Amino acid sequence: MSGAQPILQVSGLSKRFGGFVALADIELEVKAGERLGLIGPNGSGKSTLVNCLCGTLRNESGTVRFQGQPMDGLAAHQRTRLGMARSFQLPRPFGTLTLAENLRIPLLYAVQTRDSMPEAAIDKRCMDLLRMVGLHEKATRLPKDLTQIEMRKLELARAMAAEPKLLIADESMAGLSNQEVDDILALLVKLNEEQGITIILIEHIMRAVLSFSQRLVVLVAGRKIADGDPRDVVRQDDVVAAYLGS
Amino acid sequence: MKNPLFILWLIVAAALTFGLARLVDNAYFYFAGYVVLQYIVLSTAWNILGGYTGYVNFGIPAFIAVGAYSTVVLHKTTSLPLVAMIAIGGALSALLGVGTGYLTLRLRGTFFSIATLAMAVVMQTLVTNWDFVGGSRGAYIIRPATVQYLGINYIEYLFLIMLGLSIFAVATARAIEKSRLGFGFATIRDDELAAEASGVPTLKLKLIACGLSGGFMGMAGSPLPYYVTYLDPASTFSLSYAVNTIAMPLIGGTSSWLGPILGAILLGTLQQVATVTISSAVSLLIVGVLLVFFVIVAPKGILGWFQK
Amino acid sequence: MDISFDLLGNALVSGLLLGGFYAAVTIGISISFGMLDIVNIAHPAFILLGSYIAYIMNANFGFDPILTAIVAMPAFYALGVAIYHIYDVSFERRGDTALRGLSFFFGLLFITEVALTLVFGVDYRLVEAVYIGPTLHFGVIDLPLRLLVPALVSVALMVCLHLYLSRTFIGRAVQAVAQDPLALRLMAADPSRIKRIAFGLSIATASLAGAVLIIIQPVEPSIGREYIGRIFAICVLGGLGSFAGTLVAAIILGVMENITATFFGPSWAPAVAFGFLLLTLAFRPSGIFGRA
Repeated sequence: MSGAQPILQVSGLSKRFGGFVALADIELEVKAGERLGLIGPNGSGKSTLVNCLCGTLRNESGTVRFQGQPMDGLAAHQRTRLGMARSFQLPRPFGTLTLAENLRIPLLYAVQTRDSMPEAAIDKRCMDLLRMVGLHEKATRLPKDLTQIEMRKLELARAMAAEPKLLIADESMAGLSNQEVDDILALLVKLNEEQGITIILIEHIMRAVLSFSQRLVVLVAGRKIADGDPRDVVRQDDVVAAYLGS
Repeated sequence: MKNPLFILWLIVAAALTFGLARLVDNAYFYFAGYVVLQYIVLSTAWNILGGYTGYVNFGIPAFIAVGAYSTVVLHKTTSLPLVAMIAIGGALSALLGVGTGYLTLRLRGTFFSIATLAMAVVMQTLVTNWDFVGGSRGAYIIRPATVQYLGINYIEYLFLIMLGLSIFAVATARAIEKSRLGFGFATIRDDELAAEASGVPTLKLKLIACGLSGGFMGMAGSPLPYYVTYLDPASTFSLSYAVNTIAMPLIGGTSSWLGPILGAILLGTLQQVATVTISSAVSLLIVGVLLVFFVIVAPKGILGWFQK
Repeated sequence: MDISFDLLGNALVSGLLLGGFYAAVTIGISISFGMLDIVNIAHPAFILLGSYIAYIMNANFGFDPILTAIVAMPAFYALGVAIYHIYDVSFERRGDTALRGLSFFFGLLFITEVALTLVFGVDYRLVEAVYIGPTLHFGVIDLPLRLLVPALVSVALMVCLHLYLSRTFIGRAVQAVAQDPLALRLMAADPSRIKRIAFGLSIATASLAGAVLIIIQPVEPSIGREYIGRIFAICVLGGLGSFAGTLVAAIILGVMENITATFFGPSWAPAVAFGFLLLTLAFRPSGIFGRA
């Protein structure tokens, strides 16, 4: 699984909102099976990049290739079906559906478009996923009954339900306890190591990103300023300046 | 309950309704019953888009008018049976729904609602200026006295047709609710961004909902010329159609097929009674007040009282 | 159809004045929909309410409609504050502004229309004032005061609101609430309170808009609906919440409607606004001045 073949290739990607340049000429390659960390200060364009990768926003120029295939003009749901899944920074559960039903959606709309699944297999898969994140006892509850950490776990489980090859985890672990942060990281590492899923983690808490990432990319003001081994990257002068303020 | 069994139950309920109507054997019962049934179709249709996907259609009269005026045109030019006219009216109205949706659904949800309001006025202006269907003066349709092959009065026939349409609409709504499509609709109502990220083709699903919803409204409107025998733009495009059709699901409860039926029967009956005993304006005022009251105080409608 | 210069010129000028009036009718929506993102489709109902108040005071006591409207503005403001409070508690905080919030305003629109019908019937009502009737003449161009006065009142209203919104703390907060509620909270201002004030203002403008409406044309309870398309068309085309954009869009629509009515007949005029709105929504939702 962990071959040298890039699963994601971004070249010359730019995005502007009116006169504001949100992303400028981003180049990025992610290898299959890699764990990549993406960091940057608030407003540096991380979320915009995620949205451009996933098709929520249209980039003005540049291309995104997923498994060698150009993604230009593909809507978000088509990219999800091809194997690119995401979690949202602020969890966005389907509020009127139960937890089990929340996970059913990607199974019905992403997985089933690739290969058919009998009804019983869908039910079982929903429960397995809920068990994976430890929410199986709340399968018939509504998302409004969940705590913040449970909400994050549901968000991850729903992204996993789409059976992605690439998971873009736009996390926001601020406010979680150290133990909870470690729980989520352990889950992500397990998905990567056991199922070979490539993961891009976007996170603010430096400790979490450093312990997770094999490679670190830094965005500042819409530009990529660093890309490499996490230990080297965090020592780079401009990265330090961007984080500690210059 | 599986769908075929459910449809069987609906047919039994419909047969009982018709049996009761035969027993009462009063023309007024058919006239009043037709209106209530028409509202079951309309509010069920509205709820497919409004209740299931969360998109508010205010242009109900436009869809009714497409059905009704296509019947006027077909009545003047052909000798098609009513059922065929309903099919054609429904198809045209479904097209209108998909067209409006296609133009505006890529924008923020509220733009769609505003556009439907606008569409109703554009349609009214077109019809008012269209002499072939009577323009602002309106069109007269001569209703046959009886239906030979069934041996019943024409009003009984219309009642029966509307009963059939109600079964069709309710069965469709319920089938959607329990299906993949229904889950897709619910994700659109809850969070479109998350729906797309989960693989749901939101635009396509919204267009399907618009088409289904518009189609049923057109079908409900198709027999209207035969029912009223005089069709004019002012009353066809009356705001009361829109208010009733929106109020009924919201009062009954939008989360399930049962809500629009409950709302239509309660509100429809209440209005028939209030129109006779007080006045039609007051009965409309009651509907408006109930609508506002329910959306503020009981957002889950009557159904909400029975859920925990 | 004979296109004569006189006819075209007069259609243009009265369209221009009509546009000024449309701006006054729309300005409330520019605040509520454009700035606060509240889709108050009941706005025309409040305008009609303003018209009927002007009518009552004029018919019974001979009061001037515009003065009546200015006196009634605080009451309209209070009404707006009350309605926003209900809307905030019932829909915004429940996160249900789309389905039930919209239906709420639709219900208000309908209740007002039916209530006005019950009280006043469906007859057209009109007011009397010295400036209704006389017409100024400039060569072949006619300037009816009936149109000129409302246009001037509209422009005055827009200037006052613009000054208020750009010069005062609360006014600037209103503009901020649209763009960045978080920043507003950091300024220690309560977004709910700011929105309440702004919505109150938007309804207060309906009082004056109603008075100029009944000066321009006789009113009956259902004409409010015609204005829904107009005001939203103007508001969207004007770029949601921009006063200058609103004025320009209103004038464009006024001129187009007047030319249509002059050359194709008045029965086609309502379709212009709504057709305009549909086209705008379909092809240029960011407005004429917006970046597509």
